[in-house]
Amino acid sequence: MFIPKDPFNVIVGGVGGQGNVLASQILGEMLIIQGYVITIGETYGASQRGGAVMSHLRISAKDQFSPLIPEGKCDLLVALEPVEGLRILAHYGNPGVITLLNLRPIHPIDVISGDIVYPELSQVIAKIKELSRQVWALNATEVALEIGDPIFSNIVMLGALNAIEVLPIHRRGFESVIVDLFPSRTLNENLMAFDKGREVVQKIH
Amino acid sequence: MKSIIQNIPGKTVLLMGNEAIARGALEAGVKVCAAYPGNPSSEIIGTLAQVADEMGLHVEWSVNEKVALEVAAAASFAGLRGLCAMKQNGLNVASDFLLNLNLTGCRGGLVLVVADDPAGVSSSNEEDSRIFAKLGDLPLLEPAHFQEAKEMTTFAFEISEQLGLPVLIRSVTRVSHARGNVCLDELPQSSHRPGFETNRPLTAFPALPHHKILHEKFNRAKQIVEASPFNIYRGPEKPELMVFTCGSGWMYSLEAVISLNAQDRVGILKLGTTWPLPENLVTQHLRQADRILFLEEVDPFLENNVKEIYAQNCLTLGLKAFFGKTSGHVPDIGELHPENVLRAIQSIMNISYEPRPSDYAARAREAAAELIPDRALGFCAGCPHRSTYWAIKVALALDGRDGIVLGDIGCYSLGIGPSGFGQMKTLHAMGSGTGLACGFGQLNHFGLNQPVIAVCGDSTFYHAAMPALANAHYNGANFLLLLLDNSATAMTGFQPHPGTGETATGKEAPVIDLKAICEVFGARVEVVDPFDVEATVKTLLNLLQDEKGVRVLILKRECALLSAKHQRRLFRVEVDQKRCLGETCGCNRLCTRLFKCPGLMWDKSAGKARIDEAICTGCGVCAEICPASAIRKEKI
Ligand code: SF4
Ligand code: SF4
Repeated sequence: MFIPKDPFNVIVGGVGGQGNVLASQILGEMLIIQGYVITIGETYGASQRGGAVMSHLRISAKDQFSPLIPEGKCDLLVALEPVEGLRILAHYGNPGVITLLNLRPIHPIDVISGDIVYPELSQVIAKIKELSRQVWALNATEVALEIGDPIFSNIVMLGALNAIEVLPIHRRGFESVIVDLFPSRTLNENLMAFDKGREVVQKIH
Repeated sequence: MKSIIQNIPGKTVLLMGNEAIARGALEAGVKVCAAYPGNPSSEIIGTLAQVADEMGLHVEWSVNEKVALEVAAAASFAGLRGLCAMKQNGLNVASDFLLNLNLTGCRGGLVLVVADDPAGVSSSNEEDSRIFAKLGDLPLLEPAHFQEAKEMTTFAFEISEQLGLPVLIRSVTRVSHARGNVCLDELPQSSHRPGFETNRPLTAFPALPHHKILHEKFNRAKQIVEASPFNIYRGPEKPELMVFTCGSGWMYSLEAVISLNAQDRVGILKLGTTWPLPENLVTQHLRQADRILFLEEVDPFLENNVKEIYAQNCLTLGLKAFFGKTSGHVPDIGELHPENVLRAIQSIMNISYEPRPSDYAARAREAAAELIPDRALGFCAGCPHRSTYWAIKVALALDGRDGIVLGDIGCYSLGIGPSGFGQMKTLHAMGSGTGLACGFGQLNHFGLNQPVIAVCGDSTFYHAAMPALANAHYNGANFLLLLLDNSATAMTGFQPHPGTGETATGKEAPVIDLKAICEVFGARVEVVDPFDVEATVKTLLNLLQDEKGVRVLILKRECALLSAKHQRRLFRVEVDQKRCLGETCGCNRLCTRLFKCPGLMWDKSAGKARIDEAICTGCGVCAEICPASAIRKEKI
């Protein structure tokens, strides 16, 4: 399996604290061991504190690209939060984009305070569908909570990403990246999260 | 992340720009590394700290950037290679030493990496640190990608030794905080023994002869940069437009020119040595085109310096049109990104370009405008600062004299916004809250009757507020200092500091006790746990009304993210749906509308509060705040 396009542009987006950066880093590591040239740009500043965050991955067989994807050039969107998915499509989407979506909303503080409203989830999903060529979805946060900790949501999403077969990534690659580079992380729970994600992801029609 | 110390030449690994710089330093045989953390520079020394023992290095988090540079310089004076890293604001702190160090010169290679934060994404300011290289006649390198970040660092050590001058590397967020392929070279085996030649003292005084020597060294640097492989040209021999760029601008311009299909019309000169500039190379490329565009981040540094070279040679070069920040073709604030780079080239070249079908773009933007709520930055769920600011708000209201809260740099800077209930009223440099309080604390002599409060974090206190506190006691300033002691340099990634009992490399260290220091400086000191809201408000009010010199209140509670790391959860928290009166309660939704911890949710259909179990960290503070006692906390 090869990348469908060169460079192939992936955005992993969500809210600060969702493990966005780690997910994109693991993904990058899984691809670099296969010989790809990877650039990852991270838009976090003070992002541990609830802001919108994105990682941009540029995957190429030959060149190093800049760490920011240009407007309208996202090929694959991994959205860890619904409105964040839509926010990214607004700037980076195009009619060919494939979206993988975590359905669990995280309310911004101004929504918690009641100053603004969080839109109806069904409306957000409908818009994401309208703006994507294909949408795959799951409630990764719920799966992670079942495993015991919401921090596994990002790994659940990586499992789902593996299942939808857009990128040349394998479970074996995931396992070796965790073992080699994140020895402090518990392998079993990570594998469980990865497998669960593979299982539950579904195409939205 | 131990790929940083793999000794496998030729192997390609994925490294963050900051890690690539760290690897470059290791390949250059660095021995002493020091920094004060600050984004986007923190991972340089953070990475080296993790491998210090294996690699036989001394790595430290110094209390501030000036001390850090002095520590690294000492290694150089004794013949070892030293590395120092900081963010742009840090260089302001270190500059007093730097602008003497240039005159004395150095011995072992000494490299100072400054990571600028264009757009001030995680900074209080937007600042271009390159001006310091010009100010001090010091060589300056700017990496454009990861591999270069590594190679330039090694090169910087070499020319530092060749010239006897510290060398600056200026990185930016999109290099430091991005990751990409880096091919490893060999790690050297060196066991050089340090020694200081006492018969060769290092002094900047008297200034004139040393200034002369500096200029001689600088002239040698000019020759070195002419042949540098870090200066690359890509494009036709005689382009219609010549782009001069450096740092992050390189890859954006390459991609923009391809997107515009203008490879035969636009040339790009990427400069890695931006001070001194390679004059001949610059002149030669100015000659090739009549239109020149500058792409760089923050100030028009390259732009103005190239224009100086042009002015010297304009008779032979003829007329040129210059485009860039000065002409308005490139924004003069904020970051470069693919769009503004593309737009600059496109508008000068008059090429039409549509990144995606326009009807799709219109629909996408419309959907966003209609549906997407803003996501304001705020304190984490369970952050002790939220309850601290809540207590400040309540205490100031009870006090009733319109107290002034003076702040500075750290997570608690967010106190200026809604997350800290807008309590903080001034925000400048590290330690400035306490310094300003020294001044405000004298204004009662002129009739100021508002109480004065300074807030300062633990790490910031050691960095810059201690002199201010000494000043306060000495000069009899009248204010209350709140030390927000969360046991971490939280904003930059939880680096240890003198109050944590741990060094950069994880070894035990003496704890420099905040309370003891403040008492030595003559202050009355109290300590509270900000999670105990009632006690905090009471103590605050009491100290506020005490009005005799400096008083200090230490608010001691670990950062929520640290607690989460150590899986220390205090309470299981739940909203009792029967007790929560929702919209009908007189509280006016105190917990969600005012306190606003992201761990809470407002269940619209039930009209009641709820805990978001994916986010709540179990601090239990909201349980104290709910007037109906509807939020229940149960000790774990
Ligand atoms: S207990 Fe309340 S205040 Fe604390 S984190 Fe949970 S929701 Fe936020
Ligand atoms: S990182 Fe720590 S100190 Fe900073 S906002 Fe989060 S909880 Fe508060």
